[in-house]
Amino acid sequence: MAKITYKHPGGTVTVVDLDAPNTVMRGAKLNNIDGIEAQCGGSAQCGTCHVFIDQDNTLPLPEMDSVEDDVLYGTAVPRCDTSRLSCQLPVTDALDGLVVHLPEAQS
Amino acid sequence: MTSPRVVVVGAGQGGLETAAALRGRGFSGRITLVGDECVLPYQRPPLSKGFLTGATGATDPADLELRPASFFATQGIDLVPGDRAERIDRECRVLHLESGAALPYDHLVLATGARPRPLPVPGAGLSGVLALRGLRDAHTLRRELSGPARHLVVVGAGFIGLELAATARTLGHEVTVVEAQSRALARALTPEMSAWLTDEHRRQGVRLLLSREVAALHGDPSGQVEIMELDGGERIPAELVVVGIGVLPHTELAAEADLVVGDGIVVDERLRTSDPAIHAVGDCARFPRPGARGHTRIESVQNASDQARCVAADICGEGAPYTAVPWFWSEQYAVRLQIAGLTAGHDEVVLAGDPGEARFSVFCFQAGRLVGVESVNRPADHGIARRLLAGGTDLSPEEVGAPGFDLKQYQRAPAPAPAPAPVTAPRERPVHVAHA
Ligand SMILES: Cc1cc2nc3c(=O)[nH]c(=O)nc-3n(C[C@H](O)[C@H](O)[C@H](O)COP(=O)(O)OP(=O)(O)OC[C@H]3O[C@@H](n4cnc5c(N)ncnc54)[C@H](O)[C@@H]3O)c2cc1C
Repeated sequence: MAKITYKHPGGTVTVVDLDAPNTVMRGAKLNNIDGIEAQCGGSAQCGTCHVFIDQDNTLPLPEMDSVEDDVLYGTAVPRCDTSRLSCQLPVTDALDGLVVHLPEAQS
Repeated sequence: MTSPRVVVVGAGQGGLETAAALRGRGFSGRITLVGDECVLPYQRPPLSKGFLTGATGATDPADLELRPASFFATQGIDLVPGDRAERIDRECRVLHLESGAALPYDHLVLATGARPRPLPVPGAGLSGVLALRGLRDAHTLRRELSGPARHLVVVGAGFIGLELAATARTLGHEVTVVEAQSRALARALTPEMSAWLTDEHRRQGVRLLLSREVAALHGDPSGQVEIMELDGGERIPAELVVVGIGVLPHTELAAEADLVVGDGIVVDERLRTSDPAIHAVGDCARFPRPGARGHTRIESVQNASDQARCVAADICGEGAPYTAVPWFWSEQYAVRLQIAGLTAGHDEVVLAGDPGEARFSVFCFQAGRLVGVESVNRPADHGIARRLLAGGTDLSPEEVGAPGFDLKQYQRAPAPAPAPAPVTAPRERPVHVAHA
């Protein structure tokens, strides 16, 4: 199990416990957390599940593949160094304590 | 004053998103979501792809659900599954359901989707002749495709037909696709992309027959389909037939209430029907093309979702014309095909990338202005194109065609307001190939 924290641009913070198999995107959906659209349902097509990983993160994240990297060029809020697609972040015990920031807009 | 009451008909992509977007905007009135399917609202795209191979939702149905069951309770959305809307009483503003329930509304949203167009030939009612729209169809198809290799014939080289062909090939079946038009996806894709995709299917071992029509289907004595007869009399083995020749929008409810319908429920730029208390969204809605002439109907997740948001805003008194840039995706084999914008009406295309490597984009221009981009395995082109099309862009065919062009490096030009496409006389359609 992993505790994942979602921080909204307005300051609201939601913390949820997630089990594998799940993704950070699906965790938001399952817990009715606004701010992640995932229009394509998690197939890395649409770029509407964009999150920013917390600056101070030290947890080992899965490496970004070239598809995810490419999709991030089309996000509504421009990407930065900490950008990820939350559908490409599988929840594992190693991600316990992960903090992600939600962008102002997804589409 | 009591708070307004919204009733949404159709608990699919568009209906669910309408309800969700209303709450997202702080709408505090009552929301009822009526759907004739008996399950929680779900995603359809995996039904022709990962669901059939077992990759998505086959073991855990929750993978397909658009929202968990708890969503409806926490958001205060009354979900009425397994009931059909039968009649709209516009004068009294009441929706009558099959169960006998009568739901008063201040705003009614029609998100009724579409059904597969039936194949108009003798034998179409034989068993083993299927269509694919809903979860129930997908379960049947999954069962049929999970056994030993069979002869599958897909009628129609549209998105659903070709995705099914790809999935069935991947599962080891013999696949024939019969298409009446002279090329695959003639309405949706440029000739360049259509030709490339046709070649890809043939490389994968699909027998793709173009400009051919089905004359009849013949079955064995038990009524199971066995043979497909084509125009000209050719008979091909067909142990399983899937019909994918387009859809018919569900307009009956609207038509019987004397709303204007054509190929779809006709709406204005705010997606209101001819009765301003009634909106329509998604596959069933025929809406004015933003920045262009005429009306269109689009079948895509993006269209249903964005239209749902537009309607929610209008109901909350914060409406604006619907102008979202359309986009679409399809997955076939290892091909990630994405479309941004509306390519219909283009008069010039420029290819960037390498079709031989299955990584390229077709940039479509109309009178020198970018109107759409089709991409194969180039998701950055797709994503950036969506942004450029939304903001307005002066990207020219010459720039795209220049050696070394890369959209990732292209600076977002100061955005001019998107102007309506000028109406020009048809001219030759030059095709340029950019250097990869
Ligand atoms: C197999 C398949 C694959 C697809 N793949 C893709 C893809 O890869 N990418 C993409 O962008 N799009 C894809 N689409 C298209 C996309 O799923 C649709 O455009 C989208 O679902 C449209 O949403 P909608 O709300 O308009 O209609 P629907 O999702 O069809 O929902 C309409 C609902 O209304 C119900 N209904 C109808 N009449 C009544 C009534 N009188 N009373 C109560 N309920 C009623 C229907 O039963 C249905 O549940 C695919 C579609 C299918 C079928």
